[in-house]
Amino acid sequence: MLKQIEGSHAVAEVVSYCRPNVISAYPITPQTHIVEELASIVGRGDLDAEFVNVESEFSAASVVLGASAAGARAYTATTSQGLMLMSEVIYCIAGMRLPIVLTCANRAISAPLSIWNDQQDSMAVRDAGWIQLHAEDNQEASDLHIQAFKIAEQTFLPTMVCMDGFILTHAFEPVDIPEQKEVDAFLPAFKPKHIVDPRWPRGIGLFADPRFYMETRYILHRALEKSQEVIKEVSADFAKVFGRESGGFIKTYKLKEADLVIVSMGSVVGTIKELIDKLEEEGKKVGLLQICSYRPFPRKEVYNALKDKTNITVLEKCISLGRGGILASDIRWSFPRAEKKERNISSFVAGLGGRNISIDDLRYMVEKVEKEPVEFGFLGLRKELIAEKDM
Amino acid sequence: MTEKSRYLEGVEKKDLFAHGHRACGGCGQALAARLVHDAAGENTIACVATGCLEVFSSPYPDPSWRIPFLHSLFENSAAVASGVEAAYKALGKGPVNIIAQGGDGSTADIGFQSISGMFERGHNVLYVCYDNEAYMNTGVQRSSFTPYGARTTTTPTGNRTRKKNLPMIAADHGIPYVATATVDDFRDLQQKVKKALSIEGPKYIHILAPCPLGWGHHGELTVQVCRLAKDTGLFPIFEIVDGKLTNVRKIPVKVPVEEYLKLQGRFKHLFKRGVPAKEVAEIQEIANENIERFNL
Ligand SMILES: Cc1ncc(C[n+]2csc(CCOP(=O)(O)OP(=O)(O)O)c2C)c(N)n1
Ligand code: SF4
Ligand SMILES: [Mg+2]
Repeated sequence: MLKQIEGSHAVAEVVSYCRPNVISAYPITPQTHIVEELASIVGRGDLDAEFVNVESEFSAASVVLGASAAGARAYTATTSQGLMLMSEVIYCIAGMRLPIVLTCANRAISAPLSIWNDQQDSMAVRDAGWIQLHAEDNQEASDLHIQAFKIAEQTFLPTMVCMDGFILTHAFEPVDIPEQKEVDAFLPAFKPKHIVDPRWPRGIGLFADPRFYMETRYILHRALEKSQEVIKEVSADFAKVFGRESGGFIKTYKLKEADLVIVSMGSVVGTIKELIDKLEEEGKKVGLLQICSYRPFPRKEVYNALKDKTNITVLEKCISLGRGGILASDIRWSFPRAEKKERNISSFVAGLGGRNISIDDLRYMVEKVEKEPVEFGFLGLRKELIAEKDM
Repeated sequence: MTEKSRYLEGVEKKDLFAHGHRACGGCGQALAARLVHDAAGENTIACVATGCLEVFSSPYPDPSWRIPFLHSLFENSAAVASGVEAAYKALGKGPVNIIAQGGDGSTADIGFQSISGMFERGHNVLYVCYDNEAYMNTGVQRSSFTPYGARTTTTPTGNRTRKKNLPMIAADHGIPYVATATVDDFRDLQQKVKKALSIEGPKYIHILAPCPLGWGHHGELTVQVCRLAKDTGLFPIFEIVDGKLTNVRKIPVKVPVEEYLKLQGRFKHLFKRGVPAKEVAEIQEIANENIERFNL
């Protein structure tokens, strides 16, 4: 049913239709509305789940870890400092192959303190062994949660749905929210593999000496690579059942004819599409490649989409300090070594700590890279605030 | 009846925490873990924190556990157990005994917050602390349970602070059952575990578990060291049921702390040329305070 609804509430409602058995979370802006709404759904008896109000994100992640190891479908949500605090558990959850679903309401990381959006938080745990799916808008954010449980439980890989804080979590948009019975038909009950249960005593979380550790990492890495099949299947299935495209690996917009391709992920693709349409009217052919599944990284799909393109620019809301663009490195890595030289791949960081990315900023970027490729740069920087010696 | 069979009378022995583990000889923690789980029985889930117990009992591929064992990190066993309990509730499974457990470091220091959270939320979980008064797994560093005067690798001249009093802190959370125990009295320890598990809600049992390696006593003296810890008044034995102090173990014949300290290498520096240093008087003072406070 189409509803005019806040993004957080849409996500909460959809998560409740996925029937998690255990929910545990700790409040942090801009994730709060999601868990408040879930608490009220549980509170009024519309969802039969244990809602565990913990004393920190570290414990929230540990509670869902324990719950999942005991066979429950478990869900949590956080962002920024909360995800940082969880990070030790985040790695552990993946290593233990527990199919937990987490919403990351993407936000900047301290210091300085900023409650506003960028994607540094989920990027900081990109190597932990979780599937990471990025939503473009609130429709996709809701849809991805339904897919996330299914993907996680088929692959035994924890899955993070990333949605831009405030820009999506606090935006009112029309969202088509499926009914309980539709979600039930799409998402089968969770069938755990290994659980702690006195009927089948077994150890979960044993330690591995150098004879065994590396193989567990190899298997986890391969599981992530192999999960590509499942992600593809589930999103195709979703499209069939619900009649709209959501998720998958990549999406493109006016890419075929484009002379220049902008690569990005998350909600900023909305503004990028707007610019593309404007530029088209002005006679410029610019296209978009949008990454939905950031981990596993869809290298093959990216390559196929970009193989005939020479001019590419990557725009991202995160930075590897002392190095540069993170997504840009992934994109550059997507081409075979021999093909790299013929391409101009520019890299821009923008929108950190909630800095607005305007259509003019994007236009400036396009004009700049049309002249010459930019190895790495900041977009929308207020140079007047920076002392000469810090430049 | 021989003395040995009297000693073992009524003690549960099920080998649920089985032999084949890699603890040092005379490890108080290994003995404690065995007594705890044999008392709890098969219908038990052990949520164990990183530390000596985890390391000596759970190497892949041959763990020593015959009951379900769950380990993830150093500081979260109470929260993990909370999650297991929530799952059992949500799935309508159980009843089952859930025992979260860890060393003094994971309990009183790095995991303190997570344990406080578990108590305060009222999960039906028993938390067992194996107190060997230092971070043993990483090589005997000081914890907030390291007693005054004790030498550890990070307090080379002797620890300058008194032990954190976790049983009282636990009781102040308003949980229904708190107890202390040592590994020299098998029956008492196991009765406390059984009693705790018969009570709904969060429970805390604090077990003094001497570590021959870190304390510097001979492995075969572990039981005697425990007895002296009790008889000096340094480790009071009691229960706190619904906030009321009960079953305080009376000391039959009070022993000066020197006798306890002299058995252990970690206090050796307090007896240069056989003469007790001024710290010994301070330690005696701690014992006296305990004797008065708990009417031992
Ligand atoms: C976050 C984190 N910090 C530090 C460690 C290293 N570490 C592992 S076990 C341990 C000490 C354990 O001490 P305690 O809890 O008293 O248990 P014991 O080994 O003494 O039985 C430490 C410091 C760790 N595993 N994780
Ligand atoms: S170091 Fe101490 S606690 Fe660890 S196994 Fe040896 S005796 Fe036990
Ligand atoms: Mg210890």
